[in-house]
Amino acid sequence: MSEASDRLAGAELNLAPGDEQLDGNGVAVGVRGYVIGLVLAAGLTAASFYFCFSGLIYAPAVPAALIALAVAQMGVHLVFFLHLTTGPDNTNNALALAFGVLIVTLVIGGSLWIMANLSHNMLPMSRVLEMQR
Amino acid sequence: MSAYAIDSDRIGEEALESPSAARSAGGPASKRVYVGYGFWIFILSDMVMFSAFFAAYAVLAEARAGGPGGRQLFDLTNVAWETGCLLVSSFACGMASLAAASRNALWFQVAMAVTFVLGAAFLGLELSEFAGLTAQGDGPQRSAFLSAFFTLVGCHGLHITAGLLWLLTMMAQVVAKGFRADILRRILCFTLFWHALDIIWVAIFTVVYLMEKTP
Repeated sequence: MSEASDRLAGAELNLAPGDEQLDGNGVAVGVRGYVIGLVLAAGLTAASFYFCFSGLIYAPAVPAALIALAVAQMGVHLVFFLHLTTGPDNTNNALALAFGVLIVTLVIGGSLWIMANLSHNMLPMSRVLEMQR
Repeated sequence: MSAYAIDSDRIGEEALESPSAARSAGGPASKRVYVGYGFWIFILSDMVMFSAFFAAYAVLAEARAGGPGGRQLFDLTNVAWETGCLLVSSFACGMASLAAASRNALWFQVAMAVTFVLGAAFLGLELSEFAGLTAQGDGPQRSAFLSAFFTLVGCHGLHITAGLLWLLTMMAQVVAKGFRADILRRILCFTLFWHALDIIWVAIFTVVYLMEKTP
């Protein structure tokens, strides 16, 4: 596609109503989204660091709490910084993300599972050293 | 309107237009939409690559070869500063994308400069941490745990370094060429990249640093 026609298409598709009049209200709305995201992300980060030390949470549950907070913060980043939504105009992006999450889960979960199983079935190092003697 | 008339939108931007005005029925998506989508696919594959490093780190976290663990090595004050720098840098990057959307060159340059300074501060903190660990003999060759640590965190740092170079390039290109359509597409891709790096850092400070310090 040539640059000129792209610019034309851009004027039609990407500079639609709200985008065109961004000089006034549009920027304010955009900034508000980023500020909300920044405040939420900072709060979740602070909560992560706080719960790590405070003893407020039952100690064995702290890792689970940290993971929950991290997932929540990633969600905040996706929604307020990357503007990912579940709306019909975002289906492709959300589906690509879902596929990415599936692969990431398989790689991390699968590695941990297999390696834990492997080390469970391995001889302890002391026994290995004994056998080498 | 056909079923696929409203099916795609660029990532990283708000859908400010009404859906009916957005896609002409049957017409192809604009170049900005599919360039953004293609870069989104790249970012997701980059995250898949990072997931392999995270898996390696998680598996090797206990393989310390008699060496020190994260509890002794990591300084969480440093990590908190790094996290703050990167988060505010991500916010400033968002401001830069808004400035680009409203074609405001001055605010774009200011926001990008703030993004750069905070990103560089993050990198400086990370490098000083790495230098300190290496100097006290806890470099990547000390144990499998430290190899995995340096690989994972260092790979993120390399991405930040590349992002900083890209950032300077975008500032220069806006000066030299203005807000041309192709420059705006590159800015879109850069903001996606920078926000994605912050998401990966969330996983790093949680899994690598905070988990090691849990009671």
